[in-house]
Amino acid sequence: MSEPHVETPQQADEANAHRSDVAGGTSAPGPAERSSDVLLEVDHVTLRFGGVVALNDVSFSLRKGEIFGLIGPNGAGKTTCFNAMTGVYRPTSGTISFNGESIVGKKKHEITRGGIARTFQNVRLFPEMTALENVMVGADAHHKTSVVGALFRLPRHWQEERSGREKALELLRFVGIVHRAGEVSRNLSYGEQRRLEIARALATNPTLLCLDEPAAGFNPAEKEELLALIRKIRDTGVTVLLIEHDMRLVMGVTDRIVVLEFGKKIAEGTPAEVRDNPKVIAAYLGVPTDAA
Amino acid sequence: MSDVKVDKPAAVPADKKNWRSSGGVRGWFGRQHWAVRTVLIIVFAVLAYLLPYAGDIPVLGPQIITEGIDWPSALFNMSYYVLLALGLNVVVGFAGLLDLGYVGFFAVGAYTVALLTSPDSILKTEWGWLAAVPVALAVAMVSGLILGWPTLRLRGDYLAIVTLGFAEIIRIFATSSETLRGDRGFADIPHPPGSYSDGKPIFGVADATPYYWLGLSVIILVILGVRNLDRSRVGRSWLAIREDEEAAEIMGVRTIKYKLWAFAIGAFIGGLGGVMFAGQQGFMNSQTFILQFSILVLAGVVMGGSGNIFGAILGGALISYIPDRLRGIEDPIFHTDLFGFRFAIFGAIIILIMIFRPQGLIPSRRRAMELKDREKEVAPQ
Repeated sequence: MSEPHVETPQQADEANAHRSDVAGGTSAPGPAERSSDVLLEVDHVTLRFGGVVALNDVSFSLRKGEIFGLIGPNGAGKTTCFNAMTGVYRPTSGTISFNGESIVGKKKHEITRGGIARTFQNVRLFPEMTALENVMVGADAHHKTSVVGALFRLPRHWQEERSGREKALELLRFVGIVHRAGEVSRNLSYGEQRRLEIARALATNPTLLCLDEPAAGFNPAEKEELLALIRKIRDTGVTVLLIEHDMRLVMGVTDRIVVLEFGKKIAEGTPAEVRDNPKVIAAYLGVPTDAA
Repeated sequence: MSDVKVDKPAAVPADKKNWRSSGGVRGWFGRQHWAVRTVLIIVFAVLAYLLPYAGDIPVLGPQIITEGIDWPSALFNMSYYVLLALGLNVVVGFAGLLDLGYVGFFAVGAYTVALLTSPDSILKTEWGWLAAVPVALAVAMVSGLILGWPTLRLRGDYLAIVTLGFAEIIRIFATSSETLRGDRGFADIPHPPGSYSDGKPIFGVADATPYYWLGLSVIILVILGVRNLDRSRVGRSWLAIREDEEAAEIMGVRTIKYKLWAFAIGAFIGGLGGVMFAGQQGFMNSQTFILQFSILVLAGVVMGGSGNIFGAILGGALISYIPDRLRGIEDPIFHTDLFGFRFAIFGAIIILIMIFRPQGLIPSRRRAMELKDREKEVAPQ
């Protein structure tokens, strides 16, 4: 394999350290400086579906400006956790607070406007809308024009249409698919669709962007591009929460990681700490029966 | 668009292929200068206003006009069917909410006018037609909200059944309640106001042409309004809801609000149709609002092209025109009026259209694509 990837854990750590140095040297603050302020707090969240416990007393918190990884084997409850954060599911017990305010019981669109945006594990774009229109739907989240304004073409309608369009084009440029702006999104390639979904989520002006397995189905070169994109997003001041299977990708980009298994948090820490945690190794590789 | 049909046989002439791939008539229209487009639209509107005189066109005219019913009346019938189709298109075509009880709103509009204006009404208000119009439209809109609020959590088939129930409730209530007078109905509903300089009323009983012009004017206003809504945040929100409701909500679209608006706007336009109908007919009873009516309008929208304003207009006009055109023509077998066969002929036409052009006569491009996607879902290749 000739991918330009960080191969060994040591190298990954070095790369991480180097990256934060660079970030600290420029305008963006390094992870160490911004560690104090909590953006999202998941506090003892339990979520049951009938008898199935999907999340069992999970607690962790996200700090402003970091890239946070949520990993775990299949069925560990990662996406469920995501869904609880974005209002799709309501936790059976426990609280989730964002910017110090509880989001449990809030409507999905309210949470979005509050600053949490997400993408989906299996791409869920509006397939017959153009790429531009898809992103404009996201930009509409903060617009105030409604039926009356649109019906009578009030000045605010024109102003919001124009600013929404400009913003959408800018975001398409940011994720690198501006040349496909007029194309119906179902005709985009898989990679472009993934990028479009990120652009659509960014259009809602999030403080926290949740990416649900953004690299699924990507080849190594595409993954590398995605990593660069995620870092670029972080550098604009958006906190990123990443669900991912690909350990190398997670190790290479995240500042901190939480590991879930069977709905329980089994580890939390920096990539290096998590990687060496025996529980994590057991969860991913299995435990020999005599060692247990 | 780049999706030139590659699998088409080479027998298709090259120029036709280019015409298709460059968007056909609509693509051509969109590329014209705005002045050209404005002139074309005005010419088209003027031609529509001149339709009552279509019978005077040599050779072609007599083929177009209806025989068993006077042509202006047939045109007026078309105008309120078109209004209904336009309103239903907002609900079904734009927002993707299947509403089988659309005639309910038509009935609410018409009954409100009747109650407020007819001397038969227990209210005994006997308002003028024009004064009753805003009230009727408001009541229709509110009825849309009342139906929408509890039912919009339902999707697809379930919503269809509930709306079907709504229309039946209105009809049965109208049939059996003393207030709405059942079969006896309301007589002497006043016509729209206005008179010529010689004192004769503009909206009389003899000539339906002014009613058609009124209907056409209302239609043009509705088209402008609906088009404005479609090409705005509202239309985008509707489209997003239609395509993936949950994703739309997570992207910040207030789904309940926009679905309710779709229902309210649909109800408003339906009520408008009812108001016009009551003003022209002067008499109405509960038999007007049978279920068939809802189905017919829905058939018109689907036939014309759901999600496309001009498709809905064409569909609405055809469902009214075809039966009216069949009136007064003797059928060759039983030598009775061909009108009696209207539903059979109509059904056959709809089946043919659905076989050869399932996306509708003037389809919405997006809707056509959605349909193709569903085909794939049903029969994976």
